[in-house]
Amino acid sequence: MASKVLMEALSPTMEEGRLVEWKKKEGDPVRIGDVIAEVETDKAVMELVARAEGVLLKQLVPAGATVAVAKLVGIVGQPGEDISALTGGAPAQASASKPVPAVAPAPLPSSPAAPLTTAPPPTAPGGRTKASPLAKKVARERGLDLGAIAGSGPEGRIVLRDLDKATPATAAASAAPVAGSFNDVPLTQIRKTIAKRLALSIGPIPTFYLTTEVDMDRTWEAREALNSAGQRGSEAGTKISFNDIVMKATAAALKAHPACNAWWQDDRIRYWNDVHLSVAVAVEDGLITPVVRNADRKSLREISAEVKELAGRAKERRLKPEEYTGGTFSVSNLGMFDIDQFTAIINPPEAGILAVGSIVEQAVVKQGAVVPGRRLRLTMSCDHRVIDGATGAAFLRTLKGMLENPLAIVY
Amino acid sequence: MALLTYRDALNAALREEMALDDRVFLMGEEVAEYDGAYKVSRGLLKEFGPLRVVDTPIAELGFAGIGVGAAMVGLRPVIEFMTWNFALLAIDQVVNSAAKMRYMSGGQVGCPIVFRGPGGAALQLAAQHSQSFESWYAHIPGLKVLTPGTPADAKGLLKSAIRDDDPVVFIEGEMLYNVKGEVPEGEHLVPIGKAEVKRAGSDVTLVCHSKTVTVALKAAEQLADEGISAEVVDLRTIRPLDTETVLNSVGRTHRCVVVEEGWAFAGVGAQIVDVVQLHAFDELDAPVLRVTGADVPMPYNKHLERAAKADPAKVIAAVKRVLYTGI
Repeated sequence: MASKVLMEALSPTMEEGRLVEWKKKEGDPVRIGDVIAEVETDKAVMELVARAEGVLLKQLVPAGATVAVAKLVGIVGQPGEDISALTGGAPAQASASKPVPAVAPAPLPSSPAAPLTTAPPPTAPGGRTKASPLAKKVARERGLDLGAIAGSGPEGRIVLRDLDKATPATAAASAAPVAGSFNDVPLTQIRKTIAKRLALSIGPIPTFYLTTEVDMDRTWEAREALNSAGQRGSEAGTKISFNDIVMKATAAALKAHPACNAWWQDDRIRYWNDVHLSVAVAVEDGLITPVVRNADRKSLREISAEVKELAGRAKERRLKPEEYTGGTFSVSNLGMFDIDQFTAIINPPEAGILAVGSIVEQAVVKQGAVVPGRRLRLTMSCDHRVIDGATGAAFLRTLKGMLENPLAIVY
Repeated sequence: MALLTYRDALNAALREEMALDDRVFLMGEEVAEYDGAYKVSRGLLKEFGPLRVVDTPIAELGFAGIGVGAAMVGLRPVIEFMTWNFALLAIDQVVNSAAKMRYMSGGQVGCPIVFRGPGGAALQLAAQHSQSFESWYAHIPGLKVLTPGTPADAKGLLKSAIRDDDPVVFIEGEMLYNVKGEVPEGEHLVPIGKAEVKRAGSDVTLVCHSKTVTVALKAAEQLADEGISAEVVDLRTIRPLDTETVLNSVGRTHRCVVVEEGWAFAGVGAQIVDVVQLHAFDELDAPVLRVTGADVPMPYNKHLERAAKADPAKVIAAVKRVLYTGI
């Protein structure tokens, strides 16, 4: 007798698994204990082993598919066996009941008939969408938005047959075309688990903070030199700010750490190949983040000029939408307000923001002696679904190194 | 296969088990000289003699107790109640003695006994003689409760019940005694605790037992004419309940109607609904509906009695409600 191969819970917290690779082809003989497929759980890649003997009659999901625990992935049985009864229950083929001809209603004194409503809006204002448990499950599997479906059951309940008329909604939701170069990486099981568990703990964006203190002596000297050269040379009047230098260094460091130059996209992480740096600008009753595009490929002078120009128009509220959207990372600077250190709020879908404090003259220890120094505190807020502690720390270390040795920015 | 009535299938089971094992004996009102009130024990007195086919006074508590004692010391009694309505007088022996003996003796003393007889309503026997008690006994840890709905299951389950080492409540149907059906020749055992899909289908699961197997099968036949494919799951054993077969079926059909003869409140169907909502919640496209006997003492009036019973029309109406169609 044919038996089902089900996605098994291969870790205590596993709810679904990605079938990485079939180890048996259709028609291959299978013995109990044989590895049928490799499955990536939320923790690791595990082996799905045969629970029955025979041949693998059918692979019901392709390699790479993500399947809920206890769902059918294959059939093991004897060659030539009729497996239609088993596959009939497969989720892919779950279908509504066949249409039935209209019949005269049988009188039923003991059961007050609920009138069939004609597709009212499923949700009363402020109410919840009513759907059968099966309809909810199937909608989840097919990526349907229950809110957009009219229910035909009692009181507008959405039932299985109502789903067949609906079309997937997820594509439409994220339809805004995005220009630029990036790599979409589907979430691995471990990233999914990290995302779910951390978001449960701390708001929808599970944020953590990393602070480092930067010795700014050499950047200070470099900026002095640049600006005095600028005064003497042809670019009179364009003074480079510390913020410009921090932005240039941040863009360069992001180029070296693409893991921090990314968007959270719910089912994937989008790693950007270019750095589009958002910079927080205070305006009269709020703030806005104009974007310096391709900041990693722009010179310090270009960045400086662009930030000045964008900030000027931002204060006049004359930015076009494409000028303040599409950033891949943000910089927020409160140094001019004598803030030593602060934490900034992530600007989603970006995964990180750098909070820049003021450069503070203080006594520091250098080579065993207390000497005057200039120190800057940088605090990075990280979306933990995208960036782990070590990832963010590595980026910050590179950034710190660049600011402490400014030549490294252009190296 | 032999075509046997339900009555003769039970008779064959008793005869075969009594011939196989001389510890088995039958005791009850009118079981010997009169061949049984419903002729289930026809010919057994002649074949096995008065020591093994024993007529009793009309004293249910007394002979049930004698049976329990006999079972405790090694015999395998089959106690016939003329109907389960009369067994109310003996329920203390069933619930307080038979069901608890193994537990209270720390496993030292078992009680391999079968209490059997017809349950449920027949025709116009009125309130006191038309009751279904399977949910009462199924409530008790220590009892097994069997409710065969066909001649083949009647024979196979009674043989398994007699061989079982624990007390079994075996509820037959008076209206079933004359029903004929195919019964496998030779040794035929039906395992305790296994439901059976009596008819395969894909749109809705009808869970039934005993007399409502016939009701559900008739409903399924009529539904098929309307293009609705109903699967009929006969529980056969109420306790231990075969949840796997029920859940497998509901997992395929996503809709469930439970049909039973007894009253709704705390009935067998209530237990089925609990199992389904607990283990198959995400598979349900509609609430599980129940078709039961009306919540009244059974009326004597013929028309009222018919209205109070579960029938195919009620089952069909419930099926259409879980399919959100036709009403």
